[in-house]
Amino acid sequence: MSLALVFLIGILYAAGTYMMLRRSMVKLIIGLILLGHAANLLIFTASGLTKGNIPIIDPEIGELVEPFADPVPQALVLTAIVIGFGIQAFVIVLFKRTYTKTGTDDLDELRSTDSLD
Amino acid sequence: MDNANIILVLPIIIPLLCALSCLFFWHRTGVQLYINIIGSFALLASSILLLQNVYNEGVISTQLGNWAAPFGISIVSDILSAIMVLLTAITATAVSIYSISAVDNKRKSYGYYPVYNILIMGVCGAFLTGDIFNLFVWFEVMLISSFVLLTLGGQRPQMEGAIKYVTLNLISSTLFLTAIGLLYGITGTLNMADLAVKLREVENTGLVTAISLLFLISFGIKSAVFPLFFWLPPSYHTPPVAVSSFFAGLLTKVGVYAMIRIFTLIFLADTVFTHNLLLVIAGLTMVTGVLGAAAQNEFRRILSFHIVSQIGYMVMGLALFTPLALAGAVFYIIHHIIVKTNLFLVSGVTHRLTGTFELKKLGGVYSAYPLIALLFLIPALSLAGIPPLSGFWAKLTLIKSGLEKDSYIIVATALVVGLLTLFSMTKIWSEVFWKKRPETEGIASGRENSDRRSLIPLLIPIIMLGTITLIIGFYPEPVFSLATKASEQLLNPDIYINSVLGEKN
Repeated sequence: MSLALVFLIGILYAAGTYMMLRRSMVKLIIGLILLGHAANLLIFTASGLTKGNIPIIDPEIGELVEPFADPVPQALVLTAIVIGFGIQAFVIVLFKRTYTKTGTDDLDELRSTDSLD
Repeated sequence: MDNANIILVLPIIIPLLCALSCLFFWHRTGVQLYINIIGSFALLASSILLLQNVYNEGVISTQLGNWAAPFGISIVSDILSAIMVLLTAITATAVSIYSISAVDNKRKSYGYYPVYNILIMGVCGAFLTGDIFNLFVWFEVMLISSFVLLTLGGQRPQMEGAIKYVTLNLISSTLFLTAIGLLYGITGTLNMADLAVKLREVENTGLVTAISLLFLISFGIKSAVFPLFFWLPPSYHTPPVAVSSFFAGLLTKVGVYAMIRIFTLIFLADTVFTHNLLLVIAGLTMVTGVLGAAAQNEFRRILSFHIVSQIGYMVMGLALFTPLALAGAVFYIIHHIIVKTNLFLVSGVTHRLTGTFELKKLGGVYSAYPLIALLFLIPALSLAGIPPLSGFWAKLTLIKSGLEKDSYIIVATALVVGLLTLFSMTKIWSEVFWKKRPETEGIASGRENSDRRSLIPLLIPIIMLGTITLIIGFYPEPVFSLATKASEQLLNPDIYINSVLGEKN
């Protein structure tokens, strides 16, 4: 399971980077989203996948029963997903506005703020 | 809750309260304006209090929600954090006053003030947190509000600049998140003090160094070092001057702060490799920034490239990694934030008076408005490092520390870049202030006759920041001793660790 996820994460990073290198704005957004997913899955995998109990102390036993799942990475991923969602929504609106303003979705044509004059 | 705890969280809570109360008065921008100014002065007071406390008592920390240290989120302040919060407050106050007449009513009515306060909150939070994931969250708070401020108004150049800014900063966030995930994987903790302790025992230093480089790239994008600075020059000159001067003063410095924090506290396993790499980056950043500036012909673009080149000096202080060099870096940050904000503010005033940022179309400001020329000269000469202004002492400290460490190449680079900075500043001086106004047709005389009273809120912050530059220049001793104390704390991570985790560790 871990190994499959490792490969999946690698593919997601590669695909995300590839998409970001394209000239189309839509592909740039897709690339950003893929990179975000890759990072989230990586947190999840890197901190160890366990098939275990919930990390809550049973009052009858009085201590945690091994094996239990680490709750921290789940909390991290949840936070990162929420932040990522908000930012992706903003980016999509930004790109839509840019498209209506400039009339192009080719990133190579958005150069006016780079040029010397 | 005792006093120290409240003092620590005040710089985060005050802007939050301001933002919330601004939202209650959404349709009344006049009220928002007063809330904003009162809030920024309250922030200034609280940050002075914080610095005083940290100076007297050493590193102070608190645990949010009373969860004991490595488990909950810690808020920590050493002298560096307190200095950064104070600088944030100074910049925030200056820009708040400036915004009164520099930001148009349309932007104000679409939520300029609430977003501006959230941005301040994000910056203060990033300086005060002691938890690496929390740092990520503050970065995101800061980013999303800076995205909004950058695009508010929706003009074409703003949009184009924003696409570059947004994309590269999001890549940086993703890398940051990746690095946090890997770090958590090998240590099982997120608390920076706890990370520092746990990483000392990790044997796989190769992996740790690789992770530290991921952090370096991520913070490198945020602080615009070579070769990751490409988003900065095309975006910083697009929003209104008030926004770009706040960005120019503070946002890249948050990246520098994060870099200083992790490379003095957490990643000390392979300092020969990482800090030599930082030294190379520092040199290249200085050179490319200043050469980029030399090619530009627009007031704010020249200044934007100079941000890049100045970041190089701060990284140089971190890279040399001696007590004097780190003190120099801290001194340089103090000097730079004040001076850079001020230069952008001055560019806004000349734009208000003449109607353009283009050097070719500008001119004659000295004969028409000698006071503004003088107000430009103070930060400009300070940026170039002319004695006795603040930049001279900052550069002197860095160069002295470079000589002590026999790093002659970086010292030579720093000196040459200082000279080229002077060249850029004299270029602006001669084009904007000295030469005669070109009699080109079609360029309106701007708003030369614009209401003189509307200039007062623009000039107050410039005079305020200029005075601070002069004070630092003529009495560098207290600032220098503060910077030295900050660097002593940075080089003894145990002080920080003990404050967060308690003495028993």
